Amino acid sequence: MKSYDFLKPSFWKIISAIIIIGGLYSTYNRFAHGLGASTNLYDTGPWGLWIGFDFLGVGLAAAGFTIAATVHIFNIHKFEPIVRPAILTAFIGYSLVVCLLIVDLGRPENFWHPLIMWNVHSVMFEITWCIICYSTVLTLEFAPVVLEKYNLKKPIRILKKFSIGVVIAGVIFSTLHQSSFGSLYLIVPGRLHPLWYSSLLPVHFFISCIGAGLSMIIFESFLNARAFNTSIRMNILSGLAFAILIDLILEFILKLTEFIAAGKLIYLTIPSTEAYLFYLEVFIGTLLPVYILSNKKLREDRKWLFISSVLVISGFILDRMNVSITGVAASSGKNYFPSFDEISITLMLVVLAILAFRFVVKNFPVFTGEKSLQIIGRERSAKNSKQLIVSE
Amino acid sequence: MLNGKGILFDVTLCIGCGACYQACKEENDLPNTNKEYLKDHLSENTLTIVEQYGDKYARKLCMHCNEPSCVSVCPVGSFKKNEFGAVIYDKNKCIGCRYCMQACPHKVPRYEWGKTQPRVRKCNLCSKRLKEGKLTACAEACPTEATLFGDMEKLIEVANSRLKNNPTKYYQHIYGLEEAGGGHVLVISPMPFEQLGYTAMLPDKPMPELTMRAMEKIPSVVAAGGIFLTTMYWLTKRKNQIAREEKKQLFKSENRNNGNKYHEEL
Repeated sequence: MKSYDFLKPSFWKIISAIIIIGGLYSTYNRFAHGLGASTNLYDTGPWGLWIGFDFLGVGLAAAGFTIAATVHIFNIHKFEPIVRPAILTAFIGYSLVVCLLIVDLGRPENFWHPLIMWNVHSVMFEITWCIICYSTVLTLEFAPVVLEKYNLKKPIRILKKFSIGVVIAGVIFSTLHQSSFGSLYLIVPGRLHPLWYSSLLPVHFFISCIGAGLSMIIFESFLNARAFNTSIRMNILSGLAFAILIDLILEFILKLTEFIAAGKLIYLTIPSTEAYLFYLEVFIGTLLPVYILSNKKLREDRKWLFISSVLVISGFILDRMNVSITGVAASSGKNYFPSFDEISITLMLVVLAILAFRFVVKNFPVFTGEKSLQIIGRERSAKNSKQLIVSE
Repeated sequence: MLNGKGILFDVTLCIGCGACYQACKEENDLPNTNKEYLKDHLSENTLTIVEQYGDKYARKLCMHCNEPSCVSVCPVGSFKKNEFGAVIYDKNKCIGCRYCMQACPHKVPRYEWGKTQPRVRKCNLCSKRLKEGKLTACAEACPTEATLFGDMEKLIEVANSRLKNNPTKYYQHIYGLEEAGGGHVLVISPMPFEQLGYTAMLPDKPMPELTMRAMEKIPSVVAAGGIFLTTMYWLTKRKNQIAREEKKQLFKSENRNNGNKYHEEL
């Protein structure tokens, strides 16, 4: 009986099925009739929802490299239990982005061209290579989880030998392309609204992705705990929350000094859609979560921790959408709103990503929660008692 | 990059006849897109336009920049500058990321949105004709020499002398000489250029420099990052090791001291 559980209809299953069917239809439409028939993109606004979502997929996956660095390079082993969820999130996020890029490219059959046709002056070229390299890194980092399940010890041992090098490479690739997504817009000072355009865009993108990526891990941990009835390790999540707090404050200070130095404060006083969206973004994504997280009691409270993670993620989404869509809308002379096909393909990929995440979490040892730690604890005490005997 | 060929467009001479527009369509085998040519826009099928501003007319086309954004941003190098200084596009390389369209300071490149194998479209300074020693189609068709084709050096000379000889007739600026690093299409006019729909407020420096300032830091980020991360790894590992050993020793000495106690408990 139990194995047929997944066929039982539920609200979310029906919604997911509808979204996937809609998405498949739109995918067909996109490839059969071209971008013009399936999107609302146009000549002076050639990038839309899909590019924005690429920023989100990569940005929210940032915990993959930050947590890996924290645990494996800075040797802070307290965060070990969230390494795997972080890497899985990154892996799925990047897969989503790659799928979306294939859909978005005008000539998807040429997607491999950057491999042999180089233009080292292009930010896009650098991003392409970093994403290829980092996806490889993520595969290597996540491989042990799969290998463990099938009890293949030899490959794990080989992977372990290179693991530190792989992690270091991953951190460098991530730093480069997370920031380079911001660099994409350096060449369009006339296009991107000054509230977002800055010569420090790459730095902003890098700093903000860290807070958002860590918030994503908190968010996932809560959802996962609810779905599979496991416990939440509050001490770890509160530790993350503290890191997010520092990151948000840093981001805010950087933005403020940059606004003052570049004389951009005036734009805050001019009422415009852009200004309102900017206020909303800073309020939701920075000020509110900083207020919540700077209170130690709230930081250690489940409800508030969850709320602040949702706020940071929402603020991040708003920020990237502002850069990729609303910030360039005025200069493109036409109002852009994504078409049905753009939205439905995006939704389909999100649903598929969630399903993939659930599938992997269910079938592979990703959230190694309390249980395994108890085992480790038992092993340790066993070792200690052995030592006692030896020392006698 | 003052050698090479280019175009000088003089607004004071243009009568808005649309001969350049028609000639461009014929030369590039493009279908008609608008019955009233003065109201047409740049598109996949229209690579140059004549726009009306009161009694003045202004041509728009690719400016063939000296250091073009499109050449710099294309991840696969679909764009390049040829021997005449024209910016040309290779459809066989293009992957369709449309970064060129996003990055162009003059918003020139257009896309074949309706096709399943779309190309980016823009003026290529009639490079095929230039190779045969001819003028561009638009310059050849122009009845008033409002569109002048020639060597860049000569065009700049002509433009400068016109501005100098008729200071009241011309707004004293050559558009396209320095904007975004300058290019191979120059415009002179009796009024400020933003009033004729030309992109104003462009920096004089080439746009790709804005990107290069960030890109040139990549090697140092890689080197510094690698060294920093490796060092941190060794340091923190060593620190943990020492801490563990100290703990062990403490544990041992405690054992020795309280040995009997533990023994009894065990």
